[in-house]
Formats: sequence, structure tokens, C-alpha cells
Amino acid sequence: MVAQPKLDALNARLDALTQSAGGGWLGAAREDALGRLKAVGLPHRRDEYWRYTDPSALVSVAPAAGGEDEEADPFDEIDCFEITIEDGEPSWRGDLPEGIDIGSVAQEGSADIHWARDIYGVLEAAGSRPVTRSLAMLNTAFATDGLLLHVHGTVDMPIHIRYVGGGDPILHHCVKIDSQASVTLLESGYPGARFNTVMEVDIADGGACDHIRIQGRGADRHANTHLFARLGSESAFKSFTLSQNGTLTRNEAVLDLTGDDASAHVAGAAIGANAFHHDDTVFVTHGALNCESRQVFKKVLRDGATGVFQGKILVKEGAQKTDGYQISQSLLLDDDSVFLAKPELEIYADDVACSHGSTTGAIDETALFYLRSRGVPRKDAEDLLVLSFLAEAVEEIADEELRQHVTDLLEGWLRD
Amino acid sequence: MLEIKNLHVKLEEEDKAILKGVDLTVEAGKVHAIMGPNGSGKSTLSYVLSGRDGYEVTDGGASLEGEDILEMEPEERAAAGLFLAFQYPVEIPGVGNMTFLRTAVNAQRKARGEEELSAGEFLKVIRAKAKDLKIDADMLKRPVNVGFSGGEKKRNEILQMAMLEPKMCILDETDSGLDVDAMKLVADGVNALRGEGRAFLVITHYQRLLDHIKPDVVHIMADGRIVKTGGPELALEVETNGYGDLLESA
Repeated sequence: MVAQPKLDALNARLDALTQSAGGGWLGAAREDALGRLKAVGLPHRRDEYWRYTDPSALVSVAPAAGGEDEEADPFDEIDCFEITIEDGEPSWRGDLPEGIDIGSVAQEGSADIHWARDIYGVLEAAGSRPVTRSLAMLNTAFATDGLLLHVHGTVDMPIHIRYVGGGDPILHHCVKIDSQASVTLLESGYPGARFNTVMEVDIADGGACDHIRIQGRGADRHANTHLFARLGSESAFKSFTLSQNGTLTRNEAVLDLTGDDASAHVAGAAIGANAFHHDDTVFVTHGALNCESRQVFKKVLRDGATGVFQGKILVKEGAQKTDGYQISQSLLLDDDSVFLAKPELEIYADDVACSHGSTTGAIDETALFYLRSRGVPRKDAEDLLVLSFLAEAVEEIADEELRQHVTDLLEGWLRD
Repeated sequence: MLEIKNLHVKLEEEDKAILKGVDLTVEAGKVHAIMGPNGSGKSTLSYVLSGRDGYEVTDGGASLEGEDILEMEPEERAAAGLFLAFQYPVEIPGVGNMTFLRTAVNAQRKARGEEELSAGEFLKVIRAKAKDLKIDADMLKRPVNVGFSGGEKKRNEILQMAMLEPKMCILDETDSGLDVDAMKLVADGVNALRGEGRAFLVITHYQRLLDHIKPDVVHIMADGRIVKTGGPELALEVETNGYGDLLESA
């Protein structure tokens, strides 16, 4: 039973939303999500899962006023297939690369039969079972559009989802990766002053997905993103997110290792100052034999910024030979910033290796002196040490060209 | 070149005097060695000269080519021509050795109003110098000092020195942790840089480094002061008799 204030907040929020028309597989998924949402209500600071991040700006009826992302395309120099989502509407041009079909939720939602029926809201619902994820439910119920990507071969060029425009969009993407198929997904920009995105990635046996996201550095960003991945046997999923600034960012990643010998990595590098509040919340479930998972999160905070990390590794009964690793670290550049970390391990198998660590520290004075004694001015020396600190997260990008590209981008951001 | 006058230094955090009136003049083109027992203040002297935090100069001063360096930031001292080869070179994960060196070289050139080296020019210079020190391409690419052996770290210090072309080089126990072959390699690197008016201050516990880097002048430091100065024979005396006799007679 949802308490009255929560119910009022939910009703106010729902009144401001319109559920898109349409029956088909999408209609059913939306109804289901709305039902689940009504049973739990919207998140509140008092909820344990939102203890370190106040969700009020994410659940309010209207978003705070905010500018648009005026950042140049960060993947400009990368040869990729671009899908633009402008003011919430996806479009793409030219011949698709081999190995992928692209559609949109708005156009294909009314079909009676569609592969997305087994993914849309399904991974989200599974991920919302151990922990309430109301904003993901809200997304499933009210998303106005999103991409349906079906990867059935080796896509030899990254697919770049580029957000531009403004408003308060709710977008929901589904990615289906067939057995032995692989793709690199890039995401950049942000779709509005406030946005709520869900991406569900279903990877069949032996499939692979690399996901690299650049959330930009707009100061007004209010973001709530969810990434749900379900991994089959011998499949691999890697996700990396870079963000700077932003007022409130909560990136949730829910990774479910369901087949033996699968590997899931999720990493993030974030830099912020002042009102910056950045929250990475991760839930990795090991449900099969001999799987490997890795979480690497680094935050650089100054002038009163706040960083949050909530990361969990759940090893189910029978998930023997699990290798789980988690590290969350913050670099505080002054005394006013705060880093809150909640690492959790829950293990029901007896033959596993799981480790976690969390550290908070200041810049290494000896290293700073070393660089300065070589003639590097203080600010540049600090920037190099910030890059050094973030490197372990950036190194999670498998592709060398993309990794170098992100490093160069980061260097440029630090210099600006 | 380097002139230190009546230098008194204490730790910033506590009331503990470390240097108690150091007087030392190093002329251009000369190699001076400072020897002394543990805790005599040798490393502190090198840190104070290069501008490390944590020390307070209570009296006296130091100048490089007539310029007061104690008021300068560490990077300004470097641009003025001072270089400290660290006893324990610092590891910097995630920053390529090459990136670090190019940043340093160009920062100094910029500070001196010289044009920055292009990536191509830089590469040409560093390849030649690295080869002399037996530093391979892989070591240049790897993160600064990460996973380097003791010898590799010290060679990397000398490579930095060769690239930055300082006027006044301070070597802080560069021989520590080195085997004979590595010490020879490091010494060869240093000797190659001798001349052209470049001065060296070599800090060491032992005489053996001075077999390879022949000093013009040897100073003995004890309890925060230079207690004895002489020629290379002074280093041999230390090797034979230890510091005890010397300090008593001083």
C-alpha cells in the first residue's frame, strides 16, 4: 500500500503525462508497468535506495528550467553510423551498416508480434524486482519513443545515438543481440534539461556489446538513466560513461549474468564542481557458472560537489567460480566535497572470488611536486593527476581508438 | 651557478631545525658531491632547493645565477634551470611517459618564451636520447615509472634531465637501489651531460657512485651543516674510515 503523500505525488506526476496511444505488444507492456508503478509510487528521499540522492527534481511535475546541450559532437572524428534523436524523435539517414536493423518504438509499437515484446519492460521488470526502480517503471509506461536495434551479425562500425534538443523527454531503447553477433553503441549529448532514459540490452550466447556514453558537461543536466543488460552464455557486455558537471545525474546499471562464462563490465568517470551531484547505482547479479564482472567508478569532486556510488554484487546459489570485482574511488580537490559509497556483496555460493574497495583521497602531493619540479605548472600538473586518477575507468573502453579518443576529449575538457 | 648562504631550514609542521647554516657555492661546469650520514640533511637540502612543500626557511638564502630561487614556485625554478633527480621517482598511472615528458619540455619552453616542440620534433629528440640510456620504445609508452624496475626509474630520471637540459642538476641518492651495471649506465648518462657550463650537485652515501661520476669538489654534511670540504680524496677517506673519524676531527 502506497502512503498518501506518495500517492499524491504520483498522481500529480501522472496527470502531467500522456500515455501514447496504441495497442499491440507495446500497449500491454505499458499497462503492466503502470500497474507496477502504481503499486510502489515514485521514489522519495526516505526510500533506502535514494538515501544519498534526493530524487525530487527527477519526479517533480515539471522540470527545472535549463539550457540545452551546446556541446559539439564528441564522436565527430569517429567513423560511425549516426542516429539523431532531436526533441525526442529519432531519425537516421543512409544505408545501414551490415548486421543491424533499426526501428523505433513509436513506429513499431502497434504490431501484434515483434521481437521487442520479449525485451521491452521485461528486463526492466526483472531488474525492478530485487530493488524498486520506479523511474524505470515510469519510463516503460510513458516513453514517447526510443530505438529498437536488432543486431544479427558483426556490425563493423559503431552505432552512434546522438541526442539534441530540449524538453523533458522519456525515451526507451531496446537492443537485441543475436548469438555470436556484436556491436559498439555510442551515446552522446543529452536530450533535454531533464530526461529519463532506459536502455535494455539482451545479449544471446556468444554475443557482445560495447557501450560508450558521453553525457556531456552541461551544467543544467537533470538525468536519470537506466541500463539493463541480460547476458547469455559466453557473452560480453562493457559499458563506460563519461560525465562532467550537471546538477543531478543518476545512472543506474543493472546487469544480469544468466549464462555460464559471461563477462560484464561497467565503468564511469565523472568530474564535477559546486552543485554537481552524481550518482552511480549498480546491481550485478551472477546467476550462472564461471562468470566475471567488474565495476570501476571514479569521481573527481571540487567546490562542494557530491558523488554517490551504490554498487552491489549478488551471487546466487550455484553461481560457482564467480569472479566479481568492484572499485569506487573519489578524488576530492578541496575540503567541501563529499563522496558517499555503499558497496554491497551478497553471496550464496561457496566457491567465488569477490572483492570490493572504496577510497576517498586528496591529490597526491608528492606526485604533484614531482610534476611541478619538471616545470609543469600547478594547474596542468593537477590535470595530469586527474587524468591519471580516471585512467583505470577509461581503460575499460576496449577499443584502442575510442579509448584514445575519450582520453583526448577528457584532456581537452580539463584544459577548458 | 648555485649559491647557498647560511641556509637555515626547519620542518613547517614541527619545531625541528634540519639545516643549520649551510654555505655552498657550485661553479658553472663543476661537479660537487655531498656525502654524509643518514639524517644529516642532504635530502632536505635538495627538496628545499627545488621547492617542495613542508619546509620553512628561517634564515639565509639560495640563488641560481644570481636569482633568488627560494621565493619561486617549483615550476619556476625548473624553468630557471634547476633539476632534481628524485631518490624515489614517483609512479603516475594512466599518464604515458612520453606525454609527461612532452608536457614538461613544452611547459619549460613556454615559460622561457621559446616555441613549443611539435610532436614530430619531440619524437626525434627523445628517441635519440632514450637510445643512449637503453630506454626502449615500450618504456616511453608505458605510464610514468609504473612497473619500472629500480634501474629503469633512475634511467628515466636521467632521460628527463637530458630532455630538459637544465643548468643545475641535483642528483638525490641516484645510486640507491642500483646494481653495478645500472649505476654505470646512469653515470654514463650523467657524464654525457657534463660540460657546457652545466653544474651538478651529487648527493650520495657512498663513494662508489663517485668512481663513475668524478667530482671536482666533495663536501661532508653532518647535522645540518657542511663540516668539511675537499677534493675527490675526501670521498675515499670516507670509504676507508667511515664518517665517525671525519666528524670528530671536524
